[in-house]
Amino acid sequence: MSEEFKVEIVNPEKSFLVKDDVSEVVVPAFEGEMGILKDHISIISFLKPGIIKILSKSGDENYYVEDGIVEFKNNNLSILTSTIFNLADMDKSKQQDLLKQAEEEANKTDINDQSKYLVDQKVEVLKTLN
Amino acid sequence: MASLDDLKKRIASVKSTQKITKAMKMVAAAKLRRAQESAEKGRPYSEKMNNVILNLSNGVSDKENAPKLLSGTGQEKTHLCVVMTSDRGLCGGFNSNIIKKAKSYFAKILDEGKELKIITVGSKGNDQLKRVYGDKIIENISFKESKNANYFDADKVGKMVIEKFEAGEFDICTIFYNQFKNVITQIPQAQQIIPLNNEGEENSSEESYEFEPDEDEILSNLLPKNISTQIFKAMLENSASEQGSRMSAMDNATRNAGEMVDKLTIEYNRSRQAAITKELIEIISGAESL
Repeated sequence: MSEEFKVEIVNPEKSFLVKDDVSEVVVPAFEGEMGILKDHISIISFLKPGIIKILSKSGDENYYVEDGIVEFKNNNLSILTSTIFNLADMDKSKQQDLLKQAEEEANKTDINDQSKYLVDQKVEVLKTLN
Repeated sequence: MASLDDLKKRIASVKSTQKITKAMKMVAAAKLRRAQESAEKGRPYSEKMNNVILNLSNGVSDKENAPKLLSGTGQEKTHLCVVMTSDRGLCGGFNSNIIKKAKSYFAKILDEGKELKIITVGSKGNDQLKRVYGDKIIENISFKESKNANYFDADKVGKMVIEKFEAGEFDICTIFYNQFKNVITQIPQAQQIIPLNNEGEENSSEESYEFEPDEDEILSNLLPKNISTQIFKAMLENSASEQGSRMSAMDNATRNAGEMVDKLTIEYNRSRQAAITKELIEIISGAESL
């Protein structure tokens, strides 16, 4: 039996990516990274800023996301996100822009703990990319 | 009767109007295709979002302590209406239809003695509503700069609505927009987004999910996103409807202009003929008298 399942990434504007020969997906879930293999139990979780790794026969792909929801059901992984970039298409200047934005946000004093945590995550992830 | 010169001028002016309406129709047709495409592409996201929320809200065991965005404040005193219209005119009944729908809803609310607050999105709606409901409009947003409906704009509206909800400024929120059915038909819609109204779509999926972290936390994270998503969906539907409505309105205008040109041309020819005949009679009767 094959060990592959289907992954679908959608953002509000369009269906971003559909792949059905995926062997493993690692998503940055809110409470830590989560690797999903075939026949995982049905799960709903949401994402923090981080890197989605998609491992498949036709090559591995990495995506940077800022937020989103993952739903896994019947070997269908759906990822809903509003901000997603393919790391392969992302150049240094884009990264710097995002990092600058995130750092500005992190330095604001009037944000609550949860968004502070998320922004700090964002800064950290973007820094490791550089 | 108008002189020949006047007629000629009128024909020329109607013809140039016709040229403009024809061009607008073409532009609307091109934009419609794009808007329709993005409306279709945007559908999976809002559908999936709806699904997940449905699954989640079925899983919430403790309805009493469910997030307020889902269950409501328990009151129905203050209504917030988000009326979404276009920024440009010349699109047939597009804006008036939404306004008409919204106004009948407003009247109902005020009759029941409830409080009403209005947010208008798009300048045309604001223009039409401010005469009667000017004191009820608390916010007026317009996205004249953005060419296409984008999620970023929708998110701004969504965040504003949630902020006001959390500040306790209203209990129920309804959005008004035009649903795109086809080029000739757009259906004005009133959709309640707070509290979430999912009665009637009872989904009997007995699937049990694992949640990480727990349901409440996911829900409280998800529900605000859902508001923005619904608003974004409304914006996409609206922009497709606007172009569709403009296209058929401009098509009609072009046809009417054509009819008018025909009518004026006949009138012009007739009066030219009359003038010639008159001159001839004068010449002949002058010659006869000699």
